Amino acid sequence: MPDKPKIAFYWCASCGGCEESIVDLAEDILEVAQAVDIVFWPVAMDFKRKDVEAMPDGSILATMVNGSIRTSEQEEMAYLLRRKSQILIAYGSCAHTGGVPSLANQFSREQILRYVYEDAPTVVNEQRVRPQPRHQHNGTAVSLPEFRGLVRSLDQVVEVDYYLPGCPPTPKLLKQAVLTLLSGNLPPKGTVLAPDTALCDQCPRKETKPTDLKINEFKRPHWTQIDPNTCFLAQGIICMGPATRSGCEAQCISGNMPCTGCFGPTSRVRDQGAKILSSLASSVNAREPEDIEKILDGIVDPVGTFYRYSLAKSLLRAKVTR
Amino acid sequence: MSEQKNGEVRIGVYVCHCGANIADTVDVKAVAEYAATLPGVVVARDYKYMCSDPGQELVQEDIRNLSLNRVVVAACSPSLHENTFRGAAERAGLNPFFVQMVNIREHDSWVHSDREAATEKAKDLVRAAVRRVYFHKPLEKRRVPIHSEVLVVGGGIAGIHAALTVANSGKKVYLVEREPTIGGHMAQYDKTFPTLDCAACILTPKMSAVKAHPNITLWTYSEVVSVDGSVGDYKVVVKRKPRYVREDLCVGCLQCIDTCVFKEPKFDDEFNMGLSKRKPIYIPFPQATPKVVVIDPESCIQLKTGKCKKSCLEACVERGAIDFDQKETYEEIHVGSIIIATGFQTFDPRRMPQYGYGKYPNVYTTLEVERLVNASGPTGGQVVTRDGRVPKSVGIILCVGSRDENTNRWCSRVCCMTSLKLAHLIKEHTGAEVFIFYIDMRAAGKGYEEFYQRVLNEGVHFVRGRVAEITDWALDPSEEGKLVARVEDTNTGFVRRIPLDMVVLAVGLEPQPDALNVQRLFGIGCSMDGFFLEKHPKLAPAPTYTDGIFIAGVCHGPKDIPDTVMQAGYAAAEAIALADTGYFELEPNTAYIVEEECSGCKSCIPLCPYQAISFNEEKKKAFINEVLCKGCGTCVAACPSGSIKQNLFEDEEIFSEIEGVLAYAQ
Repeated sequence: MPDKPKIAFYWCASCGGCEESIVDLAEDILEVAQAVDIVFWPVAMDFKRKDVEAMPDGSILATMVNGSIRTSEQEEMAYLLRRKSQILIAYGSCAHTGGVPSLANQFSREQILRYVYEDAPTVVNEQRVRPQPRHQHNGTAVSLPEFRGLVRSLDQVVEVDYYLPGCPPTPKLLKQAVLTLLSGNLPPKGTVLAPDTALCDQCPRKETKPTDLKINEFKRPHWTQIDPNTCFLAQGIICMGPATRSGCEAQCISGNMPCTGCFGPTSRVRDQGAKILSSLASSVNAREPEDIEKILDGIVDPVGTFYRYSLAKSLLRAKVTR
Repeated sequence: MSEQKNGEVRIGVYVCHCGANIADTVDVKAVAEYAATLPGVVVARDYKYMCSDPGQELVQEDIRNLSLNRVVVAACSPSLHENTFRGAAERAGLNPFFVQMVNIREHDSWVHSDREAATEKAKDLVRAAVRRVYFHKPLEKRRVPIHSEVLVVGGGIAGIHAALTVANSGKKVYLVEREPTIGGHMAQYDKTFPTLDCAACILTPKMSAVKAHPNITLWTYSEVVSVDGSVGDYKVVVKRKPRYVREDLCVGCLQCIDTCVFKEPKFDDEFNMGLSKRKPIYIPFPQATPKVVVIDPESCIQLKTGKCKKSCLEACVERGAIDFDQKETYEEIHVGSIIIATGFQTFDPRRMPQYGYGKYPNVYTTLEVERLVNASGPTGGQVVTRDGRVPKSVGIILCVGSRDENTNRWCSRVCCMTSLKLAHLIKEHTGAEVFIFYIDMRAAGKGYEEFYQRVLNEGVHFVRGRVAEITDWALDPSEEGKLVARVEDTNTGFVRRIPLDMVVLAVGLEPQPDALNVQRLFGIGCSMDGFFLEKHPKLAPAPTYTDGIFIAGVCHGPKDIPDTVMQAGYAAAEAIALADTGYFELEPNTAYIVEEECSGCKSCIPLCPYQAISFNEEKKKAFINEVLCKGCGTCVAACPSGSIKQNLFEDEEIFSEIEGVLAYAQ
């Protein structure tokens, strides 16, 4: 019997939710495990980096990496897994477009370290000690990975073959992706393995979206009683659905929460945030600058709203903090 | 650059000297030499006048001999010569949309003086175009058929002349006028400058001709209420207001007016600027066209209360033309093009209280004096003041509501000549001393300067200075019972007080109060001053940015009768040419929806300024009518899922252009 195809999972700067989503396959995971050999999965299995280094290059059929890239260690692992894998898949929003961690690109490395190790209200650090990449402790050299200046998506570090979008991707998309890989009938390189229309297309509330939104006020979801049957935008609640790739089966919408954009833009769009901004700003129902200003003031944290998952891959990428 | 996708790209770059216009500030040779080094560029040349025949021939020869499939011309604005070079490419067998222009004149040589920096900028702009043109695709112009019918909106001299011109060419015309009669402001004038032709004598035959013309459908007392569609097929709905008199039965005998229960006219006569009275049932003026009476629902007892003897009905019992039950009706028509000639309003001098209009009865506007000197006017041509005196001294103040930071900044163009004419007529009618208070006398026009000289020789006094105020406060006995103009005579340097029996304010011309509604209704532009915007101030002063809609007369900007007639004729000629061509070629830079990619979120629909986008309820997708699309790109930018594309402005074209222009920073 020939060897089963080898699959690996790895995580970089991420919350662990993507790992959960793999477990969310439930009993289907048995089917996957039967079809493939999982050769590396730090969360669940006890293999080390040196084991991967020992594998021949290209010996892994596919590696799914979740999380964005912030540290030198994550970079090294990305390079290593790229070398060992025939197919590298960016798994989840962070690997795909930078994800929530890339919102940190609004701040410099120095700003972040100072806040986290000195200024945060819960920190007591009178000597202002900060973690150092190299340190001597009782005569032993210990090291930490370097903390890079920017958060990057996986494809900003190594070449990526496919993307599974979502925060996290749905088990259904994962299963489909694995089956596609095993079938050998591969889509063109660079494909995002989800439908290429925006979420409105699948939204159960599509019928209730008015032609002209005429937004008089932006409301945050927790400020208001949300009508469970009406388009969020029609209720003045920012919904990223029009600018976000579908494939999630509108799960948030079904839970009466607006889309926050985790599936990223469609293949035609370079900057998800700019697109929804351009669209929503045109729907503001005011003519005078001060009235427009007043309505727009209702958008608290525009970057965190419109670029929640995609700042690293946006045209801006980061705030210039020099 | 993906060679597989676009085949082998062979670009020719042509840098124009524009005589010295560009070459003086930009080192055109250096730009061409630089362009030759760019990827994909096969040939780069500079030439003295690219737009000349030999210049175009240069491009065509290269296309044929060097198998060019992209052309970049660095010269002037594409609004001037894009079509020239597209045409040249087409004649050489290349799809014209493989041509890209770079504006190194208006955007570069004309606005810079540093030769070195301007040359670098030209290189940047050329590099951007070279990168962009790489992604160009062959495009085809689409043709839409043109209805030959023409709608003319407004029945003043502009609308009348345009309607007659179009009708004489054999096309059907609908002429829609808001008032009960056509004729407009010109019908109110007494004489016309500089020839002193009687305005009515030259206008009324044209009015009759409109009424009698077999190709003209005249709808007075009517207004356009909706406009849909686009060039070639505008669907227009016209509201016909009830005049309570049946137009098909009334013969204009006017007996109904005589028998009206109001024995004396007691309502302000609009045509005579309120200087006389009319009855509730009236005809605006004797030569009104159509000669059909109209009942004013605001003053007619029957229409207001339902309790009147209705003696007018009795007077017309045989014809039965009077119909108190008449309701407004709506007519729907299809026309290929529209000429808008909605005219103007005169400045309301109450906005300049220092001149006392509305406060002192003997302060008049020029339009009121037109009626006073007119033989069929309220006084039968007698120039008498409101208190019944024949004035011995009359002052005419120019630029009231014109050339004034506080009111309107523009010159109304007609007031100087109107005032000269009225000075002459007042002098002729009364022998009064006439003073003209002016800032500058503007008498540009055929025979105008000569007329100015004539009035000068007639002894009219010209005082150069802006009148500070008109007052009735007498300082000495000679001023008792008179109005006094306080003015600095800037020719002599003295502040003067000039006692006057009558003051005439030469009021300026303004856009109609509802011009903004008209602008929106027809989807045309407006300049800062509120007058309708022409497509080009010099070379297309009647077309608008909306294809198939033309403007004529003062709705476009102040002008006198000859200029109005010329513009109306020009607008008519454009409409006729369009109808005779039979089709209209659409620029292909339109937007389109990639249907399978559209999520049906409708974000684009309300944004389209041309109402070109609709929602297909069956497919749940948006749809762009490419005939209506003007290629503004608003929907393309706003489509949140990037599912709208625009020919000539696709993402890769725009991003490559931006990358090209910014490449110097790398």
